[in-house]
Amino acid sequence: MIENRPFTSFLSHLILILGVIAIALPIWITFVAATHNELRMNQTPLPLWPGTYLWENLQKTLFGKGLSGSETAPVWMMLLNSLAMAMMISVGKIAISLLSAFAIVYFKFPFRMTCFWMIFITLMLPVEVRILPTFEVVANLGLLNSYWGLSIPLIASATATFMFRQVFLTVPDELLESARIDGAGPMRFFWDILLPLSRTNIAALFVILFIFGWNQYLWPLLITTDTSMTTIVMSIKQMLEAAEQSPQWNIIMTTALLAMVPPIFVVISMQKLFVQGLTETDK
Amino acid sequence: MAEIQLTDLTKSYGPTEVLHHVEGDIKDGEFIVIVGPSGCGKSTLLRMVAGLESVTSGEIRIGDRRVNELEPSARDIAMVFQNYALYPHMSVRENMAYGLKIRKLPKGEINRRVEEAADILEIHQYLDRKPRQLSGGQRQRVAMGRAIVRDPQVFLFDEPLSNLDAKLRVQMRLEIRKLQQRLGVTSIYVTHDQVEAMTLGDRLMVLNGGYVEQFGTPIELYDRPASVFVAGFIGSPAMNLLPAEAHSDGIVLPTGVKLAGAQTQSGSVLLGVRPEHLVPDQDGPIAIDVDMVEQLGANSLLHGTLSGTDHAMVASIPGHVATANGTQQRFSAAPEVLHLFSPETQKRLDA
Ligand SMILES: Nc1ncnc2c1ncn2[C@@H]1O[C@H](COP(=O)(O)OP(=O)(O)O)[C@@H](O)[C@H]1O
Ligand SMILES: [Mg+2]
Repeated sequence: MIENRPFTSFLSHLILILGVIAIALPIWITFVAATHNELRMNQTPLPLWPGTYLWENLQKTLFGKGLSGSETAPVWMMLLNSLAMAMMISVGKIAISLLSAFAIVYFKFPFRMTCFWMIFITLMLPVEVRILPTFEVVANLGLLNSYWGLSIPLIASATATFMFRQVFLTVPDELLESARIDGAGPMRFFWDILLPLSRTNIAALFVILFIFGWNQYLWPLLITTDTSMTTIVMSIKQMLEAAEQSPQWNIIMTTALLAMVPPIFVVISMQKLFVQGLTETDK
Repeated sequence: MAEIQLTDLTKSYGPTEVLHHVEGDIKDGEFIVIVGPSGCGKSTLLRMVAGLESVTSGEIRIGDRRVNELEPSARDIAMVFQNYALYPHMSVRENMAYGLKIRKLPKGEINRRVEEAADILEIHQYLDRKPRQLSGGQRQRVAMGRAIVRDPQVFLFDEPLSNLDAKLRVQMRLEIRKLQQRLGVTSIYVTHDQVEAMTLGDRLMVLNGGYVEQFGTPIELYDRPASVFVAGFIGSPAMNLLPAEAHSDGIVLPTGVKLAGAQTQSGSVLLGVRPEHLVPDQDGPIAIDVDMVEQLGANSLLHGTLSGTDHAMVASIPGHVATANGTQQRFSAAPEVLHLFSPETQKRLDA
C-alpha cells in the first residue's frame, strides 16, 4: 500500500502517535513518580513532570529495606535473584533444546519420533498446570528457596526444541556430509557448524526466554519463602499489597522502573541478531 | 593416488535394490565419468565410494585397502557437491582449512596448502570472503579448492556443474579436466549430461536402472555401443533405430529394401545407424520423407520418417542444405557403421 494523500497520511500518523502515547504514558508516569518524594505522591493532582528526588529514591530503593514498615530484601538483591533466575532459565532452555533437537534430527535411535512427540506434548503442560506435583518434587529434592528450584522446573521447553528442530532441518544434508568427509565427529559438527548457523535463532530465542523468565511470578511466589530469595516481579506485587496502608508510590515506582531495565537492556543489545533471526531464511 | 576396484557392488534401500552387481576397475590417475539418466543410481554409487552410503554387498577397494567399513574421512577422498556445500559462516580460507585443522596439521602447513590451492584456482582475492558473497562459479572453485587442499587419493564429483549457466559450464568443464591432468588424481565424476561425459572422461561408465550398461572409452561407446540404451544415450542427435530382418547377404528394412552386405546374424534385429552416418545418395536404399529441417550452421538436421512407414529418422548432413519440407531424400550407409541389436535382450549382436 503506497498511498500518498495528505489526509490518509495525517490519519495514519495520528493513529501511530496515539499508539505511542498509549504505550509510553504509563512508563512516563512511572518515571515521574520515581522522581518525587513520598509526600508529593500523596497529593492531588499527581505530578506530570519530573521532580528532583530520583537519586535519593534510587538509593533508598536499591539499598534500603523496601517499604518502611515491611521488612523485605533490598531491591539490588531482588534484581540479582531475578537475573539469576532469568539467565538460568533462558540459558538452560536453549542448551537443553539445542541438544534434544540435535539428537532428534541427526541421530537414528529407537523411538525417536516417540521422544519427539513426548517433548511436544509438554507444550500442553506449562508449570501452572502441573504446579502441585512439581512443587512436591522440588520440595522433596530440597530445592525450595534455591536458584535451582526457581529455574529447573521451567527449563524444559518444547517450543524451543521444536524451533531448533525446524532450524536444523533447513541445514542442507551436504553440510553434514562435507563435515564427515572433513573428519568432523558429531559433536564437532554441532559446535563448529550447527551452533554458528543457529546463532541468530539462539539470540532471538534468548530475548524471548529471558523476558519469559524475568516475568515469572507464580512459581517463584510458591517456592520462595525466604525474603532473600524474592524476585523483583514478586516484590512489586507485594509492595502494592502493602501500599494499601501507607502508599509509598515513589519507592514502588522506582522498583518498577528498575525491574524494566534488564529486559530492555537485553532487547536492545540483541536487537540486530533478533531481527535477523526472525526474518532470515537464507542458510 | 590410487586405483579403485568395485567388485560385485549392490545397494538396496529396504527391499528395493537400486544398484545391481556393479563391477569396475579404475586405474591410477584415471578420470572416470559415471553417466546415465536421472534416478539411475549414479549418486548412490559415488556416495558409496565416498562412504556416505553403506554397502549392501560387494567390495570397494581404494589403493590396496578395503574401505567398505571406513568412515568417509578415513578413505582419503575429497568430494565436490552439486550445491557446493560450503560452510556458510566460514570464510573461503576457513572453509578450505577446516578439514586440515581437524586433522591437526601444523598452522604453517595449512596456510601453505591453502595458498597453493588458491594459486592454482586463482581465488586469492576471495580468500577472506564468505561464500554468500561469491558467484556460483566462484563458489564452485572454492569447493574444488577445498578438495585440493586435502591432497586426497581420489576426487569425487557429483554433478558439480549443473547449477551453473551453460557458458560457465563449458569453461569450468575444461578447467576441471586440466586440473585433474595436472594433479593426476584418480577421479570419479557423476553427470547426466552425455556431452560433459564424453569430453571429460578417460572412460565412461553408463548406468541404466542400476545396471552398468557399458564401461569404456568415449570412442568405444560411440563406435561399438554395447546395448540399445547406450546407442541412444551417447551421441547427439540420438542413433536411429529400426526393426529389420538380417539375412546372410544383407539386412531387409521395414520398407522391404535390402541393405547389401554379408551378415553373421539372421532373424529379426534392431538396426541402428547414426544420423551423421547417413550419406546423401541419389540411388541410396534408405528413403526418408523429410518434414522438418534444422539448420545448425556447421551441419543440418533432416527430421522425417522412413518412407512408407512411421519410423522416425534423423539425418545429419554437413554444411547447409536447401531441402524443402515434404520432399523425399535418399541416403546410403556404409556396412561398417551399421549396428545390430537383439530385439529381445537389447544387447549388441556382432560381438
Ligand atoms: N535414501 C534413499 N532411500 C530410498 N531410496 C533412495 C534413497 N536415495 C536414493 N534412492 C533411490 O535410488 C535411486 C538412485 O538414486 P540416485 O543415485 O540419487 O540417482 P541419480 O543420482 O542417478 O539421479 C533412485 O531411484 C532413488 O529413488
Ligand atoms: Mg544424483
